[in-house]
Parts: sequence; C-alpha cells; structure tokens
Amino acid sequence: MTPPRKPLSQVVEACPPSGIRKFFDLAQTMSGVISLGVGEPDFPTPWGVRETAIHALTRGATTYTSNSGLLELRELVCADLAGRCGVTYRPADECLVTSGVSEGLDLALRALLNPGDEVIVPEPCYVAYQPCVAFAGGVPVPVAMDPAEGYRLDADRIAAAVTPRTKAVLFGSPSNPTGAAQSADDLAALAALAEREDFWLVSDEIYDRLTYAGHHTSTAAVAGAWDRTVLLGGFSKSYAMTGWRVGYVCAPESLAALMHRIHQYTMLCAPHVSQVAAVEALRSAEPEVTEMVADYDRRRRLFVKGLDELGLTCPEPGGAFYAFPSIRASGLSSQDFAEQLLNEQKVAVVPGDVFGPSGEGHVRCSYATALPLLEQALERIGRFLASRT
Amino acid sequence: MHEILTVLEADARATPERIAALTGIAEDEVRAAIAAWEADGVIRRYKAVIDRDRLGDGRVTAFVDVTVAPERGRGFDDVAERIARFREVRAVHLVSGAQDLRVEVEGSSMKEVADFVAQRLSGVERVTATSTHFLLRRYKDDGQLLTDPEPDQRLSITP
Repeated sequence: MTPPRKPLSQVVEACPPSGIRKFFDLAQTMSGVISLGVGEPDFPTPWGVRETAIHALTRGATTYTSNSGLLELRELVCADLAGRCGVTYRPADECLVTSGVSEGLDLALRALLNPGDEVIVPEPCYVAYQPCVAFAGGVPVPVAMDPAEGYRLDADRIAAAVTPRTKAVLFGSPSNPTGAAQSADDLAALAALAEREDFWLVSDEIYDRLTYAGHHTSTAAVAGAWDRTVLLGGFSKSYAMTGWRVGYVCAPESLAALMHRIHQYTMLCAPHVSQVAAVEALRSAEPEVTEMVADYDRRRRLFVKGLDELGLTCPEPGGAFYAFPSIRASGLSSQDFAEQLLNEQKVAVVPGDVFGPSGEGHVRCSYATALPLLEQALERIGRFLASRT
Repeated sequence: MHEILTVLEADARATPERIAALTGIAEDEVRAAIAAWEADGVIRRYKAVIDRDRLGDGRVTAFVDVTVAPERGRGFDDVAERIARFREVRAVHLVSGAQDLRVEVEGSSMKEVADFVAQRLSGVERVTATSTHFLLRRYKDDGQLLTDPEPDQRLSITP
C-alpha cells in the first residue's frame, strides 16, 4: 500500500496551530510552575449541579435529546437572558443548545458564510475566531483595537475595514484575552454600522456573568441590533462547567433554522447529562455564581494593583478573569517575556501576540488562580523584572 | 463593608493592607471598620480551623441533647448559661424538636466526657434528661471541608 498522495484540506493546512501550544508543552516539562495561563475557572462545578447530574445518570439520562436540546433548558435559558439582559428569544425556534460556545460559533459561521465572505475580527481576540471563520469558508479580517482605549470596540476602526463582502463582525464581550467589557455606547455605534453596511454581529458572551463594573450589556439588547445578532452563551465560565461542553446560541428564526440544520446532522445534540446539569445550574446555582464572581473580583483588584506596582500597567479589566498588562517596560517581546519568565521564575503566562498582532507587547494573565499563588506569582514577576534592570 | 468580614472569615490573618487590596476599600477605612466590629462584639475573636482527626490529639467530642423542665415564667436562658460556663462545653444552642438544648462537650477521653455528662451536666438544676452522641468523624467543620481537596485537573495552559 502506498500512502495517499492527494493533498489534505488546504484550508486547514494553511491555518497555523495555536501559539498557546508551545507554552503548554514547555510548561508541562517543568515542576513548581505557577500557571496564570489557564483559561478556565479554578472552582469546581457547584456541588448541587454535580449531584443532580450523578442522579440523572442513575435515572438514565444517557440518551440523545431532541436536536434543539431539552425544552426545559431552552425555556430557562431564554428566561434567564430576558431577566438579566432584557433580550427576548423564543425557546421553540430561536434558541439552540450546543456543545459549548465553540460549537455555537462554528454553527453560526457555517450558517452565515458563503465562500469568500469576510468576517471582521477585532483583535486581540480569542484564538479560535479566525480559524473558525476560515474553516467555514470565510475570510477573517483582523482589525487592531487600541490598548490605550482599553481595547474598546471602535466602530470607526471597524468601518475602515468594511467592504461589500463584509458579512459579520465577530467579537467577545467581556473579552478573552483582554478582559474588556464593551459599553452600551460602543455596541450601539457598532450596531448602527452593521445596519448601515448590512452585516451581522456574532457576539460571544460566554463571560457575561463575570463583570465587575456594572452589568453586562448584551449585544442583542442594543437598539436595532437584535435582528442581525447571533448571541453565543454558555455555562463553562459562569458556572465553572467547562468540561461539560454545554452552551447555547440564540438568533432570529431564519438563521437559527440553518444552524439547527447543521447541528442535527453533525452534533445531533449536546450531551444529555450536561443539559440536565445546566438546568440545575440555572435553577439553583445562583448563590454559588454570586460567590465566585465576588471572589474573582477580589483577586482582580489585588492582582491588577500588584501588576501596576510592578510597572506592568493594564487597562482595568471589566470582566472575564484575565488581566492583559503591557510588558513593554521590560523591553522584551511578548514571546521572549513569557518564555524567560517561565524558564527563570516558573510563572506561566500567555504571550499576547497569540491573540493577534496588536496583542504584542502584552501578556495574558488569568487570575482564576488561588490567592496565595497569585501573590507568589506577583513576587516572582517582580524578581524577574528586577533582574533585568 | 461586609466584604471585609467575608475576607476575614476565610482568612483571619489577612492584614488590613491585604483586605484593602482585595476589596478596593481604603486601608484606614478597613482598620476603622474592624476596630468598630471588635468593639461591638461583631467580631468575637480570630481563630484557626483545626482538623482534629488529622492532628490526632485523641480529643473526644460529644453532642449532648438536653431536656429542660419547663417552669412558669422562666425560659431557657438561665439553664443554658449555667451549662455554657463549664470549661468542657464548647457550644450550647437552643434547638427545636424533642429536646431543648444541644450541647457540644469536649474531653481528653470518652470516660472524661461521660463523667462530665453524668456528674455535672445532668446535675444542673431543671435538666431532666440527656442523650449523648459521640462524634465519630468530622467531614466538614465551620464551613470547611475536611476531606481531601479535589485535585486540580486543569491543564496548565488553555486558551
């Protein structure tokens, strides 16, 4: 037998592997590393949710569910979104339960894009956005946002990148990696641009519960935005349920129907037991969420203050659990900073350039890390910086 | 301001400086608030949560349900206070249900606790009956899980 000679997917081959991988491999080989590189909560899933899931397994929640997901879950999701964000979706045909936001994002892009359609991706942004656009046959158009303005979504910068092929703008608020939570005004300006230029807003709101300065503004809640918004949300970050792989996507019925069609042929349904867990999370885990958010907020204050005292300034992160400080004072590139910090002081951070070119000169630090470790990490970063002056 | 208490409850050794950094409340305000709570008796004392089983000091705890004879015009306060003053008594609570007081007694051996219940506690005026439950193992104390912590299964770097 000879190996196949025809080329594999050129679209996938052309997509570089995630820049995070290199640091993961390096950190794995070392002991005593304090990792500020983890993009998930350090809390376990609230016990009541886990208990319910265990019970559900004993009662046979081991089957497929309907493609859309348990109706009870969709009803709770829509009620939750209405109550918290003031957005209205019909559980029956405007809300789909997915295997996390990751699947929802893929569905949205595949349902929206025709080959060659452009998707503007304000960066720095989550590492999967641009590859997912490319995998769906689209052309990602990264547009740099300004660190001096706290990485706010600047409609003028986005407008400058709009072409007749622009089909959507894809962004996350609050943002991984910057922690920026977008204001209602900036979202309104973007929505007005979307109306004028006729494109969609694909809004990743996975960190919606984790905001620290005022309430989350959902893109779909902005005047005039609902009809052209895809709202992606889930349980991973708010409820510390990353490994359950359960989220949802909400959109106007015409688009939701197409996403449903892809989902029914590919994923079939999100994991049944995870859907049961998500129902329980929405029913009973509010006190735990409140406690976790208060705890992140305390760590955020301490950590950002600590970074600031070390001369690593960052815009006040309004949400998620990331700080994205500038490391330009060190005179190093993001990659060199992260690599040397790991080798010399055993603190793992993620170099900012993996989130887009404008992330260069920054590193992403997750404060979803136990408080004593955060304090140790600050000390080690301090020693690292001191050794360079 | 109550967030200061949340921090202290989790870590009694947190300094005002650290509490200020965590809560965003000015350090002198933190000091003033703590001083006021100490003066008012809101903060009673600062303690460590000790896992006695792990320490293995052999101390014995029993929960004793105490029935008190009702008497016209007298509540439970006088009996409860008399019981509470014993050195061996760790806690006294008035509870609903068949018995009246739930008393936590600690001693260096089962015999010591049994003797205390038989000779001292049951002899307190108006105590008509006691029911003693020796503590066999603590799983959670003072909001603190005493079982082994769950391992952190997260990968060291994730997107």
